[in-house]
Amino acid sequence: MSSAATLQHADVHGSHDAHHEHHHHETFITKYVFSQDHKMIAKQFLVTGIIWAIIGGLFSVVFRLQLGYPESTFPWLEDLLGHWAAGGKLKPEFYYALVTMHGTILVFFVLTAGLSGTFANFLIPLQIGARDMASPMLNMLSYWFFFLASTIMFASLFVQTGPASGGWTIYPPLSALGDASSGSKIGMDLWLVSMAMFIVSSLLGGLNYITTILNMRTKGMSMTRLPLTIWALFFTAVLGVLSFPVLLSGAILLLFDRNLGTSFYLSDIVIAGKILPNEGGSAILFQHLFWFLGHPEVYIILLPAMGMSSEIISVNSRKPIFGYMAMVGSVFAIAILAFLVWAHHMFVTGLNPFLGSVFVLLTLLIAVPSAIKVFNWLTTLWRANIRFTPGMLFAIGFVSLFISGGLTGIFLGNSALDLHLHDTYFVVAHFHIVMGVASFFGMFAGVYHWFPKMFGRYLNNTMAFIHFWVTIVGAYLIFWPMHYQGLSGMPRRYYDFSGWSSFNMFNGLNEFISLVAMIVFAVQLLFVFNFFYSMFKGRKVTDSNPWGSNTLEWTTPINPGHGNWPGEIPEVHRGAYDYAKDGKEFIPQNVPVGDDESKAH
Amino acid sequence: MKEFLMIALGVLIFVVIFQIAKASEYVSVLKGEEKTRKQNNKINAFMLIGLLVFGLIGVWYCNELYYGKTLFPQGSASVEGEQIDTMLYITIAITGVVFVITQILLFWFCFKYQEKDGQKAFYFPHNTKLELIWTTVPAIFLTVLVVFGLKYWFKITGDAPKDAIVVEVTGHQFAWEFRYPGADKVLGKTNYKLYTAKNNLGVDFEDPASLDDIHVNTTMHIPVGVPVKMVIHSQDVIHDVGLPHFRLKMDAVPGIPTTQWFTPKITTAEMKKKTGNPEFNFEIACDQLCGSSHYAMRGVIIVETMEEYKKWLAEQKSEHSVLFPVTPVEPNVPDSAAKQISQTVPVKK
Repeated sequence: MSSAATLQHADVHGSHDAHHEHHHHETFITKYVFSQDHKMIAKQFLVTGIIWAIIGGLFSVVFRLQLGYPESTFPWLEDLLGHWAAGGKLKPEFYYALVTMHGTILVFFVLTAGLSGTFANFLIPLQIGARDMASPMLNMLSYWFFFLASTIMFASLFVQTGPASGGWTIYPPLSALGDASSGSKIGMDLWLVSMAMFIVSSLLGGLNYITTILNMRTKGMSMTRLPLTIWALFFTAVLGVLSFPVLLSGAILLLFDRNLGTSFYLSDIVIAGKILPNEGGSAILFQHLFWFLGHPEVYIILLPAMGMSSEIISVNSRKPIFGYMAMVGSVFAIAILAFLVWAHHMFVTGLNPFLGSVFVLLTLLIAVPSAIKVFNWLTTLWRANIRFTPGMLFAIGFVSLFISGGLTGIFLGNSALDLHLHDTYFVVAHFHIVMGVASFFGMFAGVYHWFPKMFGRYLNNTMAFIHFWVTIVGAYLIFWPMHYQGLSGMPRRYYDFSGWSSFNMFNGLNEFISLVAMIVFAVQLLFVFNFFYSMFKGRKVTDSNPWGSNTLEWTTPINPGHGNWPGEIPEVHRGAYDYAKDGKEFIPQNVPVGDDESKAH
Repeated sequence: MKEFLMIALGVLIFVVIFQIAKASEYVSVLKGEEKTRKQNNKINAFMLIGLLVFGLIGVWYCNELYYGKTLFPQGSASVEGEQIDTMLYITIAITGVVFVITQILLFWFCFKYQEKDGQKAFYFPHNTKLELIWTTVPAIFLTVLVVFGLKYWFKITGDAPKDAIVVEVTGHQFAWEFRYPGADKVLGKTNYKLYTAKNNLGVDFEDPASLDDIHVNTTMHIPVGVPVKMVIHSQDVIHDVGLPHFRLKMDAVPGIPTTQWFTPKITTAEMKKKTGNPEFNFEIACDQLCGSSHYAMRGVIIVETMEEYKKWLAEQKSEHSVLFPVTPVEPNVPDSAAKQISQTVPVKK
């Protein structure tokens, strides 16, 4: 198979080189819509991801209004949402729909497709020295399946009974029975169909990334010379390819239970006064299937952010990343462990305590490779010569957030503590910091760092600095105090706490969090504006290697065409991190090893 | 109008930021981009160290503000929960130290090694000794946490003591119901297919053990100082018996009964005094999203002395006697017919 791929590859080279000589015969449609150029597909993923991020972020602002001001009414909400906010107050059912869609959109459509879809597509061929992906056609289909999934999910927002409202984890029986919740009617079917399309997209992309990385590296680019971004994207793709099919099977069984009368997840149920005939199913089975994807999914989101932060920190520290092999090894260890810890989401489902203890051990084991990564990043910064580009600031922010959110994982992974903290605001704080905000920081770092390569222009620095500073301060202000709410046992996914005597001591805090959330959201809009404005009007890039970076993408022209390098693909002679070596500031990967050069350690 | 003004203000701020951003780009061209870059670098390095200092002060201040509001100053209301609190304090101590050290190093290095003229980065690609140290040290600390954690986990999730009082807890959208075994100490069987509007737990009254069982809604009573074992059911979707004061939680899953047990060590009345809150109640919070009124699925636990509990229990009628009252005067049918008439009267009016 590998030789066939190589042959095809050579063929692609030939035709591309020919194209370059005779100029492209590209129409608007082939260049911008049904493009097979990995760079354009990356941009399509990024722009679609940004649109979804605005929608998902807006949802959180609307439900934060309810949490921050449970007593108030907002007449304009009724103008916007109609009967879902009759009298200017969100209905509980719609509140849950917003929470569900916020999670679904941000986890899958933004941080999976928008983050790894964008940067895997953009960086893999450029950084390994390939003209395009192994199969540009499948790559294009990957985007269009994502687009289809997006369209279906977007349509589900407008159905009469409302979109899915059972949480992004869609646990049955709630999600299986239309009588249990109005969001479990047609909205849930659309959710499942959309996710099936999404999984197809993710598989087409993932297989392509793996094949490309294994087969299409340029001459001299051995696996141990790959930039850490590529390693991270490689393991991300492996995780996705091995775990998404399990979710697909879980989703299909759920569709059967919903529409064909099967009992995979249903047993002994009386709902709305009706005795259901289903017997013998297990609601917990779904959780196993879901979290077998769901936990690797967390790393699918996080690993690309880690990889990009590693690269950006090294480039802007002007210093080699500390412990390259340990960094690769720890990503590998995280990827393996990601498959073995799923039941730590299920400590309170009545899981066998012995089984639980195995998952505690494996879960806390993840802290070891994570600690290695953190200390390696810190050592990279030690005795460096640091330039604070916007990308670098976001990468540093990523490390800070990864530490903060990672440490609270040690609380939740320990089953005894999880008995108290499970499904409280502590969990909300934990995963938003470590997976949500940290991954967003990785994504922002990537966008700021590679924007010049994507569009040949820079993003505006002043807006970038405002974006960074408000976002990092805001993120901590929003999520840090939530730990205290969680320690008080305050449950997540509550529409209103006013009926409870145990949870009503944080009303002022809730209002404060909502206020900060709105400010942070507004600043994200500033970023979106900066993004689109700079795409057309930003300062032009004049230097083909503006950051003084070693990796191959900066050896292409400022605005590379389809095929990336106009002439030969450069040959690689060294690893990606020869900064500060032998008194030279940086030595790009395509520079041959000099006779007088000291050996790498 | 207020909203309109807010939006106008937002747009205004936005325009101002945009103009400043554009102007600063022109200024940097005039001043020399390299010079501006270096200036920005200094400002950002300074702000990073500021973030560290104010961040750590903020962490301390947040603790001052909110620690008192958490459940921990009250202490755990169950004997088992004390172990969880101990575990929590151990974990906070270890992770707290790591948090402070790593964040200080991160921002301190950023500040100290910011770009300076003539400063050269140190070529330091790896060092096996260092890497071994920060593989083994975290591993040791994690072992400690795992050992403590599992010790408590097995204690808490192990079998309930034999003398435990058994209460059956059933969740459905959106309420909690409780069943106590009567004098025979055995709960009668249930079968969801026997569900009717009246016998809503589907109790099988053919089973003699069910005849003296007691059925109450929303509020459960338990005695202090005695282990209580909850046998948990759900009738429709997954719920969760969340007991924040007792530091416990267990899902209610349709078709799969689960259990949890604990020993309450303080009564509701004592707790009211201790917290100075006459409204205080131990609450059961549903902790698993179960539909539109999930947030209102509230139960109450009243912990009382053994005498009070026994007195309360003696006052309760068995479910069987409530559903099938032995009334020698009137048979059942006219009674329900009379009810129907009385119900229809107001409608006609």
